[in-house]
Amino acid sequence: MANILVYALHYDGAINKNSLGAVSEGAKLAAELGGEAHAILLGENVPEDLAASLGKYGAKKVLVAEGPEGLAQPLVDAMARAIADGGYSYALFGGGLLGFEIGAGLAARLGAGVAMEVTAVRAEGGELIAERPILGDSAISEIKYRSNVGIIISRLNAFEIKETGGGDAPVERLDFELSQHALQATMVTRGEQRGADVDIEGASILIAGGRGLGKAEGFQLCEELAGAFGGNSAVAATRAVVDAGWYPYAAQIGQTGKTVAPKLYLAAGISGAIQHKVGMQGSENIVAINKDANAPIFEFSDLGVVGDLNKILPKLTEAVKAKKAS
Amino acid sequence: MKICVLVKEVPDAAVEKRIDSSTGRMDRSGEKNLNPYDTHAIEAAMQIREGGVVPVEEIVAVTMGPDSAVRALHKAVSLGADRSVHLSDQVVAGSDVAATGYALAKTLQRESPDLVLLGQQSDDGECYTIGAVVAEYLGMPSLTQVIKMDIDSDSLRCERQAEYGYDTVQIKMPAVISVGDAINEPRYPSLKAIMGAKKKPLDTVTAADVSIDASKVGGENSGAQWVAAKAPPAKAAGEIIEDEDTGETVEKIVAWLDERKLI
Repeated sequence: MANILVYALHYDGAINKNSLGAVSEGAKLAAELGGEAHAILLGENVPEDLAASLGKYGAKKVLVAEGPEGLAQPLVDAMARAIADGGYSYALFGGGLLGFEIGAGLAARLGAGVAMEVTAVRAEGGELIAERPILGDSAISEIKYRSNVGIIISRLNAFEIKETGGGDAPVERLDFELSQHALQATMVTRGEQRGADVDIEGASILIAGGRGLGKAEGFQLCEELAGAFGGNSAVAATRAVVDAGWYPYAAQIGQTGKTVAPKLYLAAGISGAIQHKVGMQGSENIVAINKDANAPIFEFSDLGVVGDLNKILPKLTEAVKAKKAS
Repeated sequence: MKICVLVKEVPDAAVEKRIDSSTGRMDRSGEKNLNPYDTHAIEAAMQIREGGVVPVEEIVAVTMGPDSAVRALHKAVSLGADRSVHLSDQVVAGSDVAATGYALAKTLQRESPDLVLLGQQSDDGECYTIGAVVAEYLGMPSLTQVIKMDIDSDSLRCERQAEYGYDTVQIKMPAVISVGDAINEPRYPSLKAIMGAKKKPLDTVTAADVSIDASKVGGENSGAQWVAAKAPPAKAAGEIIEDEDTGETVEKIVAWLDERKLI
């Protein structure tokens, strides 16, 4: 049977959006293969109604495993168990750090082929073909599977969330054993917020700063520019500078941060790594200022400015203010 | 304790990367360098050694790749590794991520490390996954994208950013940890270290030397098959302004924004 097992990440009583996308996509692909998509959740006392709700996105069955949350290896154990019990030809993961880790561990456990950063999947001749952009997204490779199970790990926001109209899905407990090495890691604290709680998701203009700002104080230039635009504008940041403690986590764009699509995204001193791009490529207008003419961000910006942001940003702030006043 | 650091040779960022149309795989010829993310892993190993909480007997750089990969090992040694191991065998060429992880795990097994460190991703393939694959084959706990790591006698307290904020995870060694670039600022090698790197022991091993099952590696035995490569949908190139006169540049930006009613 060509069933697809889809990992669903959940936290604080809600299913992750990328997982909802993966379940929706899995349901569509399974139907094309003549099989079913089943979802799997792992946690401590996962609420039954939360699990069942995945039926709305097309899951025909939801497996719930009891185990420590937020770590990859317990899920490798649980998913390997479910796959050994039979019926699955593919395992599908929405974008996200845990999905990458679980999918990779599962590939090793099963000796299975894995494709990651996948942006599209299609069914053809009874099997799935995954598309993965490579070389800074300048080419797309197509991947097929020769192993019994194929593992597909998508890029963040690759799959659309679709409520296909079904009601609650039946929920089944999955009994499995934790492997010895899975017991060697313990979550001490999860989901710690660092820095102020700022809201960037509702902003229509985002001034985003990266390592090119040089130091934490560099963000003042971004804040002043956002202030000049006024109204519904805010300041965002890349993971590198958030990890460095220059700006709050709540303002972070990308793989392990927020996904935004403002009217204007002005990137200052941001190189444009894939992990950042996936969180902002839906923006209507992208302006990039970077001193490195080879920065990948210029590949996907609408207006690119090669120059020193320390010179450009203060003058731009003044000019925007003047324009506003005129 | 013994720390093994997995390193990889990648095309120099300044060199244009391309796909070999005959194989659908990345053309890995051309200028190469040590994957920049791996320098953070070597630095992390050096900081554990210099921290002195747990004595580090040896730091060993390990790689898999063609003859040219030796350069990445020399670089790793110049940054602080004591010696290096090079898995070099035609039989592993073309392996996918899972098969590569298997081959590296077999190579590491011979060293019996207490800790395996690697960079969070490679500069060319952009896989964040090899650490998790290696850990599974070794039967060790693992964590990727770690940005802070404190060691005590037999465990590591690791911090990283995940989907919902920062997580702190306690991990018993032996373990496989991939580090993010925020974990440290790698040092520059001294001229003396660069000159001396070629004199440090370098062990070249074949697949058979480390008991790799040849039926599990190589392009033909990989579960994931690259069947084709195609161009992405064409996107209109953006406008580029080279800033020469900042006053003029700013005028152009404002006009561009104004045209789109963004001010």
